[in-house]
Amino acid sequence: MREYTIRRLALFLPTIILATMLVFALFWIVPGDAAYMILTGGDDDAGKVSLEQLEQLKEELGLNRPIYSQYGHWLWDIMRGDLGTSIWYKVPVWDELENRFYVTIELAIMAIVMAMVVAVPLGVISAVKQDTWGDYASRIFALIGIALPTFWLGILMVYGLAYIFNWLPPLGYAKIWDEPFTNLQQLFFPALALAFHDLAFTSRVTRSSMLEVMREDYMRTARAKGLKELVVVGRHALKNALLPVVTISGYQFGRLLGGVIIVESIFVVPGMGTLLIDSITHRDFVVLQGIILIIAAVTLLVNLIIDLLYGVLDPRIRYS
Amino acid sequence: MLDQTGEAVLVKEQSPWLSASGQISKNILNFCRRKPLGAIGGSVVLVLAFVALVAPVLAPYGDREIIREESGKVPVYHSPSYDYWLGTDHVGRDTLSRVMYGARISLYVGGMSVGIGITGFFLLGVFSAYAGGKVDLVIQRIIDAKMALPGLVIALAIVAALGSSLNNVILAIIIGLAPAVVRTVRSQVLSLKEMDYVLAARAVGASPARIMIRHIAPNCFATYLILATYYLGFAIILEASLSFLGVGSPPDVPSWGGMLTMASQAHIKTGPYTAIFPGLAIFIVVLGFNLLGDALRDVFDPRLRGTGS
Repeated sequence: MREYTIRRLALFLPTIILATMLVFALFWIVPGDAAYMILTGGDDDAGKVSLEQLEQLKEELGLNRPIYSQYGHWLWDIMRGDLGTSIWYKVPVWDELENRFYVTIELAIMAIVMAMVVAVPLGVISAVKQDTWGDYASRIFALIGIALPTFWLGILMVYGLAYIFNWLPPLGYAKIWDEPFTNLQQLFFPALALAFHDLAFTSRVTRSSMLEVMREDYMRTARAKGLKELVVVGRHALKNALLPVVTISGYQFGRLLGGVIIVESIFVVPGMGTLLIDSITHRDFVVLQGIILIIAAVTLLVNLIIDLLYGVLDPRIRYS
Repeated sequence: MLDQTGEAVLVKEQSPWLSASGQISKNILNFCRRKPLGAIGGSVVLVLAFVALVAPVLAPYGDREIIREESGKVPVYHSPSYDYWLGTDHVGRDTLSRVMYGARISLYVGGMSVGIGITGFFLLGVFSAYAGGKVDLVIQRIIDAKMALPGLVIALAIVAALGSSLNNVILAIIIGLAPAVVRTVRSQVLSLKEMDYVLAARAVGASPARIMIRHIAPNCFATYLILATYYLGFAIILEASLSFLGVGSPPDVPSWGGMLTMASQAHIKTGPYTAIFPGLAIFIVVLGFNLLGDALRDVFDPRLRGTGS
C-alpha cells in the first residue's frame, strides 16, 4: 500500500509539470504577442502603439528572454500564487477568479453527487433485473442521456422552466454560506443539466460492471450459504462492481469541468466558465491561461485522489 | 474434356468474386437481424451522409437565403407550416434548409477530425506500445498531462488563440481526441505484440515498421472502426458546443451548434422552434453513431458479448 501510494505520488509530479508546460505552450501559439495585446487592451488598433512602447514593455515583461527562462519565471510566480494580471480587467487574475472558482466547484460537486445518487441504483436494478422492462427502460434512458448535447438540454430546461412552468430562479447570485436555500434553487437546474450525461454514462458502467461481477463464483457461494439476496447484491456484488465505476467517474470529472462552461453560460451562473468565455471575447489570454491552469490542476488532483482511494478500496492493489 | 476443364476454371474464377459480394450482403443482413438497434444507428448515419451529399438539391431554400414572400414580407420566426416545415429563424431563413446544410458541416468537421485524428493517434498508440521502454513512458506521461485538460477547454483555448474557422475547429477536436484513442490502442497492442505471429515475423527478419504496419495494425482494425464510430459522434457534439459558445464556425456558416446560439439568447420565447430542431438533429445523429458503435463493439469484441449495455 505504501509503495503504491509513493509510486502514484511520484508519478503525479512529472504529470503536473508537463501539464503546466502544455498550458504555457498554449499562450505561445497566439499569433502576435502578449506585449502588443496588453498595450492595445485587446482592441485591434495598431495606431495607438509606438514601437518604443512595445520594446519597453517587452523588456519589463521579460518577453525578450529565452523561452525556458520565461517558463521558469512564470512557473515560479504560479507557485507563489500569482497568476498574473488580467489584460482586460487590470486586476490580479486570482482576485477575479476566487469567488467564481468556488461557484464552479460547487456546481461540479452537486452534479457529481446527483449523477452518482441516481446512476448507481439505476445501474444495479438494471443488472439485477436483466432483460425485464425495467432494464430496457433504464438502458434506453442511458442511451438517450449520452447522446443528448448538454447545451441543448440546458436550453430546453431554461425554456421549459421560464415559459411553461413560469418559474425563474431568484435573481442575484447568493453564496451557499449566506443563503443556502436560495443558492440551491439557483444551482439545482444547472447542476442537473450538467449531471445528465454523467448520470447516463455512469449507470451504463454500473450495469455492465455489476453483470460481470454477478457471474463470479463467489456470488454462487454467497447465495449457496443462504445469504439474503439484498446482502448478496449489496455486500458481495456492488462493493466489487463499484471499483470501475469510481475510476470512470474520475476520468469523467474533466469532461464535467468542460461542460460547466456551457451550462454556466446558458443559465448565467457567475462561475469560471462565464469568465472563460468573457476572456476569449476580450482576448484576455492571461485570464484564459489562469483558468485553464486551475482546471488542469483540479482535474489532476481529483484523479490522484481517486487513484489513491482505489488503493484503499481494492485490497489486491494494497497488498501487491 | 477440354470444355469441362475450361468451364471448371471459369467457375473457379467466378466463385470468389460471387461469394465475396454474397458474403458481404449476407453479413449485413445477419448484422441487421442480430443487432436491430445497430442497424437503426447505421441507417441514421446513411441518411445523414445522403442529406449532406444532396443538400443543395433537397433543401427548399438556400442556407444563407433570407426569404422574401410575394407580398414583400420577410417571415421572421415563422412557426412550422406547409411552406416552412421547421419554421424560420430570426432573420427569416428556412430552418429545414439550414439543418440540411448543417449536416454537411457536421459531417465535414466530424469526418476530417476523426479521419486525421483517429488515424494519427491510432498509429501513435501502436508505436508507443510496440516501442515500449522510455519512448512509451514519455508518450504516456504527455498523454496523462493532456488528460488534465478537458477536450472542450483545450479546444476553446486553441480556437481562441488561432481564430475561429472550420479548420481550426478540426485541429482543436483532433487534439481533444488524443488521450482516449492512444490509451485504448496502446493497451490492445501491448497484448498483441506478445503473439506468436509477431515473434515469427521478427524471427524471419521483418523490420519493426513492417511488423507494426503489416502485422499489428490490421489486427486492431476492429478497435479502429469502433473508435472512429464513437468519436464521430463526439466530434459532432464538440463542434456544435464550440459554435454554440460563439467561437467555432463563423456565424454565417449553418452549423447546428451555431444555430442554437441565437435561440438561447432571449429569442427562445419568440421562436422556440429555432431552438428545438437543430438540437434534435444533433441528438439523433449522435444517438445513431453511438448505437452503431455499440453494435460494432458487441460484434467485434467477443469479450464484451452478452454484457453489452
